[in-house]
Amino acid sequence: MEFERRDAPFVTPATNVPAIMREVLYALIPATLAYVWYFGPGLILNFMVAALFCVAGEAAMLRARGRSVEAGLADCSALVTAALIAFALPALMPWWVTATAALFAVVVAKHLYGGLGFNIFNPAMAGYVVVMIAFPLHLNLWAAPDMGDLDYHYLTLLETARYTLTGTFPDYLSFDAISRATPLDTVKAGLRDLRTFEEIRVNPLMGDFGGRGWEWIGNFTAVGGAWLLIRKIIRWQIPLAVLTGLLLPSGIAYFLEPSIHASPSFYLFSGGTMLCAFFIATDPVSAATSNKGRLIYGLGVGFLIYAIRRWGSYADGVAFAILLMNMAVPAIDYLTKPHIVGHAKTPGKSQ
Amino acid sequence: MSAAATYDLGKLHGGLRLPAEKSVATAGQILRAPIPDQLVLPLTQHVGNPSQPIVSIGEYVLKGQLIADTDGSLGAPVHASSSGKIIAIEPWPVSRRYGDTAPCIIIECDGQDQAIETSEIIVDYTRLDPDSLLQKILQGGIVGLGGAVFPTAQKLMQAVTAPLDYLILNGVECEPYISCDDMLMREYAHDVLCGAQILMHALGLPHCQVAVESDKPQALIALGEALGEMDDKRIVLKQVPTIYPSGGEDQLVQLVTNKEVPTGGLPTDVGCVVQNVATAAAINRWVSHGEPLICRVTTVTGEGVVKPVNVLVRLGTTVADIITLAGGYTDQANQLVIGGPMTGKSVSTDRVPLVKATNCVLVLVDAIGEANAKPCIRCGECAEVCPIQLLPQQLYWFSCADNEAKLREFGLTDCIECGCCDLVCPSHIALTSDFRMAKGRMRELADEKARAKRARQRFETRNLRVLLEQEQRDEELAAQKETAREIGPEAIRAIVARARKKPAGDQDEDK
Ligand code: SF4
Ligand code: SF4
Repeated sequence: MEFERRDAPFVTPATNVPAIMREVLYALIPATLAYVWYFGPGLILNFMVAALFCVAGEAAMLRARGRSVEAGLADCSALVTAALIAFALPALMPWWVTATAALFAVVVAKHLYGGLGFNIFNPAMAGYVVVMIAFPLHLNLWAAPDMGDLDYHYLTLLETARYTLTGTFPDYLSFDAISRATPLDTVKAGLRDLRTFEEIRVNPLMGDFGGRGWEWIGNFTAVGGAWLLIRKIIRWQIPLAVLTGLLLPSGIAYFLEPSIHASPSFYLFSGGTMLCAFFIATDPVSAATSNKGRLIYGLGVGFLIYAIRRWGSYADGVAFAILLMNMAVPAIDYLTKPHIVGHAKTPGKSQ
Repeated sequence: MSAAATYDLGKLHGGLRLPAEKSVATAGQILRAPIPDQLVLPLTQHVGNPSQPIVSIGEYVLKGQLIADTDGSLGAPVHASSSGKIIAIEPWPVSRRYGDTAPCIIIECDGQDQAIETSEIIVDYTRLDPDSLLQKILQGGIVGLGGAVFPTAQKLMQAVTAPLDYLILNGVECEPYISCDDMLMREYAHDVLCGAQILMHALGLPHCQVAVESDKPQALIALGEALGEMDDKRIVLKQVPTIYPSGGEDQLVQLVTNKEVPTGGLPTDVGCVVQNVATAAAINRWVSHGEPLICRVTTVTGEGVVKPVNVLVRLGTTVADIITLAGGYTDQANQLVIGGPMTGKSVSTDRVPLVKATNCVLVLVDAIGEANAKPCIRCGECAEVCPIQLLPQQLYWFSCADNEAKLREFGLTDCIECGCCDLVCPSHIALTSDFRMAKGRMRELADEKARAKRARQRFETRNLRVLLEQEQRDEELAAQKETAREIGPEAIRAIVARARKKPAGDQDEDK
């Protein structure tokens, strides 16, 4: 009998990239529910806009680069980018802002750097930073979380959709009527005004251990993250390191002088901390590659988030922290090469 | 009784827990394959140079008779595995990495299975000094039966030159599907342990560790019982965890001794000699029973055969002959692999013979779809499982860029081609295959460099020679001048006159 020839090993790999990306999307479902619960359906609309432009941008770039469009889209990575952009943006967002972020992420940050696997920067964060600089006003429009007790007008689905499509509010509402400071802004401004953290916490926007609403979005995000850990889609190094990198400096500062510092739990359960730890920093393409390298990378991200929130001019520091650490990856990778079995243990001596 | 297995073990990085797929083939006993009509015995069934045939076409040979011998360099002799007539010595399809055919001696069996007289070749090895014992093993045609097929005697001769601490018998057999060593240990435990004693004698070592994977409890029991009967305290059983590739030679050394075999080195560099259990058994068959290496246990398995079995088969039997013992192919059979699913080689025809290296004939059903590799997403899973702690993702990157310096720096030459990284890669990149090719390119490059160096050396030698000759000529000339000066002007005039006269004379002669 005659047979075809192949090269070993003759075992089909157990996982594939589309499956991994799909798991990531599934893992975002709990966070999505919490987010929509507190901030309304805007997230879903933003995701749809982002997905549309990410996929269109990806397809166009794949075609332009002479790659198979079907195979490129099949990996679902564009959808993950879209989801992360949607989560990073405030729930109320005109479509062109979302579209700008999506297109920049996919076209520039991803494909101009060589496509999936070659991009240095996390595409979603790169896209987010661009609109943060280009549309500061829109990026500051955070609504109040729907806790049922705040004296506040919540937009209906229709009103949200209208704002998404046209960027205008119903006539009886103004920008200022909608806009609320986020907990991060509140704390930052409060501490700057020399109030103590305890005084700031009286603000109805502050929750039990984080920002109101935000803390529960954080919890649900962590649930999704735990799912990814259990499914071995991500490894523990980066999430743990990011949280540690944030917890250590905030914990020390709070321990030394609790009144003038926000509590560590506030750092963990407000803004995009959890999303960053489990979903953004864990993007394998733009993170360090060895386990030791990932610990360093995560610690760096966590510490930078702390530094930006405490001393920087932006309220949340996730995007900048990620992009800065992305740039450090080649150096980290170089410095954390694992010891090859059979080589001399002291670096430099191995041949 | 030292029958209990011990556990204190070193650690291995990474590795994989693979589905064993062995139970079907280990359900029954080892089948004894019948004498085939024809035996195909390649001249090269070992690492080293081909053996030279010492029989001619038409000659009648007996079972166990030497039919091809080494030329004294690295290699192993070949013996006839049954009696019959030599009908050809010609190229035949074989399973090898490079090239598809190799010269083989083809014997038409007469079915008598008549063996050579063994009384003279059986020796009491305890009366031999280690050197003579090694010479004896050399004549048995014995090679490493775990798959590496390095000539055993020469491996041992090399080993005794180093200070040794450990003799490890490898009964790990960690690749899925393969169970020939498991069955051998169950049914021939005594042979394995006697082989261990012979090896200890040959190496002058006072103890031996037999390492068996934890998923082979029956083999462990069989060995334990045999050991109890023999009451040899020097032999210790070790149970090692079921993790692929703990049966790799260097990996096993790491597990048993907690020492890393240095890069580019051998286990002997850390005082270890590793021998496969089947090799040990073969040594005993030869030394104590006069039976050279003419048969081995092979696993015939996979979803592509009807009834997976382990068979004791005469070397030279073709795959086609042996498949019938396993009930034939199933309808879906579409890939024939010699060896295991992780490191085996696929062959295009079942006419290939079973040789000393063939521990497994694997028939698979679903050829995995043509490599549809996606870009590497740097997930690091490959590095997580690499037993050498390499960074396959970086190696792949540098291999795509053909960056030889970086490939060396990141340890490409240390890659044992175990295939672990392939199995976990979500992008389905054929990493191992890529590394195999990159190594090949590197070797070629090294050859080229060596050739270039040789050429340059030749050129430089030539230049030097020319230079030396020139100097010599100059010196001679100078010396002549010196002589001329010494003899004085008259003499020179005389010479000149002579020279002037000469052409005239020449002309005269021409006329
Ligand atoms: S497993 Fe595959 S995709 Fe992941 S880092 Fe390794 S080569 Fe890249
Ligand atoms: S094939 Fe090479 S690189 Fe891949 S896991 Fe095995 S040793 Fe490591």
